[in-house]
Amino acid sequence: MSFDGSSGDWNEEAALVARLRAGEEKAYEELVRRHGGRMLAVARRFLPEEEDARDAVQDAFLSAFRAIDRFQGQSRLSTWLHRIVVNAALLKLRARRRHPEEPIEAFLPEFEPDGHQAEPAVPWRADVLERLEREELRRIVRAAIERLPDSHRLVLLLRDIEGLDTAETAAALEITAANAKVRVHRARQALRALLDPHFRKEAKAT
Amino acid sequence: MTCQEFIDFLMAFLDGELRGERRQVFETHLHACPPCLSYMETYKRTIELEQTLCEHPDDPVPEDVPEELVTAIVAARQAERG
Repeated sequence: MSFDGSSGDWNEEAALVARLRAGEEKAYEELVRRHGGRMLAVARRFLPEEEDARDAVQDAFLSAFRAIDRFQGQSRLSTWLHRIVVNAALLKLRARRRHPEEPIEAFLPEFEPDGHQAEPAVPWRADVLERLEREELRRIVRAAIERLPDSHRLVLLLRDIEGLDTAETAAALEITAANAKVRVHRARQALRALLDPHFRKEAKAT
Repeated sequence: MTCQEFIDFLMAFLDGELRGERRQVFETHLHACPPCLSYMETYKRTIELEQTLCEHPDDPVPEDVPEELVTAIVAARQAERG
């Protein structure tokens, strides 16, 4: 089922919400089938372990079922569910035992004593970027994001991919706005460094 | 301004937070330092790659939800209801 924003979809969505509010058992399953795949994709970005991602999706649907009376209908159901699964994933991450993580400094640029870049940046090859299939690009970027330490990966996901602003990102992670800003800049620098070998000028076209 | 300071201030510059003399100093370095220009371009490209590659709520559903997950969620809902 795809949503193209037509009024038919809105009506269909409103009908489904009404059935959920009425407690119709089949409607719950329909909601899961319609939105579960997308929610699982979102959860997997935050939680690389498949089991954790599925748990987060389950938690999210249970929260959504309980809160369906509070769904206003002003936003799309998909947008509302998206927010709920992001929150469920963050909760799951908080509960998860913290692993010692590689310090972000390992991925940041180094400088000469006079402040010059120790390994001067070179442009990326537009032809490589253009030739790679979207799926292959996705795979490279995802793998690079997964290598970032959690403390910085989450800031990057919330700010750049989920589109939260600095204040919202800071609130979601219970850190200060200043800290969120520093972390997003470092996370982007680290991601740039991880992507660089794939795309830099002297890189072999793959 | 050194390359290190340039990179420290890069996000503030791109967010339009550098003003007046600080912005001028930043731009002077940018025009005089090809590695920093490359750094800025690849940093911006990194953000574009992040944003274009990840799903958006309005994208088509990426895949079917695994059957066992549907079953688990429906069962959990019934258990919760008692």
